[in-house]
Amino acid sequence: MGKVNYRERIARRAEKEINDGDYVNLGIGMPTLVANYISEDKTVVLQSENGLLGIGPYPTEDEVDPDLINAGKETVTSIPGSAYFTSAESFAMIRGGHVDVAILGAMEVSEKGDLANWMIPGKMIKGMGGAMDLVHGAKKIIVIMDHVARDGSAKIKKECELPLTGKQVVHKIITERAAIDITPDGLELREVFEGFTIQDVIDSTEAPLIVKNVIENVK
Amino acid sequence: MKPIYSSAKEAVADIQDGATIMVGGFGLVGIPEQLILALVEKGVKDLTVISNNCGVDEWGLGLLLKDKQIKKMIGSYVGENKEFERQVLSGEIEVELTPQGTLAEKIRAGGAGIPAFFTPAGVGTTVAEGKEIREFYGKDYVLEEALRADFSLIRAAKADKFGNLIYNKTAQNFNPMMATAGAVTIAEVEEIVETGDLDPQTIHTPSIYVQGLLQADQEKRIERLTTR
Repeated sequence: MGKVNYRERIARRAEKEINDGDYVNLGIGMPTLVANYISEDKTVVLQSENGLLGIGPYPTEDEVDPDLINAGKETVTSIPGSAYFTSAESFAMIRGGHVDVAILGAMEVSEKGDLANWMIPGKMIKGMGGAMDLVHGAKKIIVIMDHVARDGSAKIKKECELPLTGKQVVHKIITERAAIDITPDGLELREVFEGFTIQDVIDSTEAPLIVKNVIENVK
Repeated sequence: MKPIYSSAKEAVADIQDGATIMVGGFGLVGIPEQLILALVEKGVKDLTVISNNCGVDEWGLGLLLKDKQIKKMIGSYVGENKEFERQVLSGEIEVELTPQGTLAEKIRAGGAGIPAFFTPAGVGTTVAEGKEIREFYGKDYVLEEALRADFSLIRAAKADKFGNLIYNKTAQNFNPMMATAGAVTIAEVEEIVETGDLDPQTIHTPSIYVQGLLQADQEKRIERLTTR
């Protein structure tokens, strides 16, 4: 399975965390892909922190409006029933606990659910954007990411080494190898995806995993 | 009736070296294009700029950055701009990265007479270092102070001559809060209509917050053109 298919697998699995009627914020990059896989029998409203509730599909060339973008600065459309608002209103929605699910990318996640996804000291300064607000506001925080870094090192760690985005904020991690819940007792391995074994996941995760009721060979 | 400037140059005439300015927009959407260009031409230096992003290398606030007119930048995401990253890493520019919602609320609070507020965003991170932490309902919150500016440069779709403003779609973003938090707010608008021609029920920014108007056509550059 290639990189592209892994991304699709992760996005499809993340979609299962979204319920009918949910208001959902999708982060930039892989999380944005989740929108492509939302089941037709669910009504889901996507929130974009730049001030749009009800993101629609990408526009046709004729529909492109430079004043209508998502938080990733991509041109989008809005669905019937959508609303535009200010950035302050947008984050009132987020901080106020009105968003049901937020799906974000990550550089590192700790066993306590600490998240690092905004800065590599001395190397990369992009800024946190809305991530620090989102992780404290949305009811369910899901991280989707590659299981290991490009150099093969673990991204799921005992402690994050990079500057944090939030402490004890992540509820679930979904990678191309596994779905893992963050519980008060630690990281609980829930699902292992086809092509990987429980041992593969343990070996590529720095933090200890609770292995009790694991579903294997999940497609 | 508010002053309607005949040029962007005239609109920014009072902005001097060392001024603190808020500049509206998210990415390149809703930025006051001509007012930024006028600041570049004027060559004002040592600016403190408060804006969510810092433009791209060749447009928007990126132009002020290229000319090293910005002393300090307060924003939330500057990843679209390589020159910015270079200036930060080399220590040429001071930067205060602020969570986006905190930034929006700091500006809203500044315009609304609220000096500070508690928010959960940034607790347990470098953002909260040196700031007061207080527990409410069993959870920690960090004290964040409001922001105000000498000038707010904003962009709207329509104004009437009173200075009431209407924004288009996601070009609203930070503009309405910034309108309230500038000692002097200058609105660059695509169209100015007669007072009374805008439906009062559709006004986003009431005229009280606006001190001057500039009509200017917008290029509306697109950062990421994505189509179906």
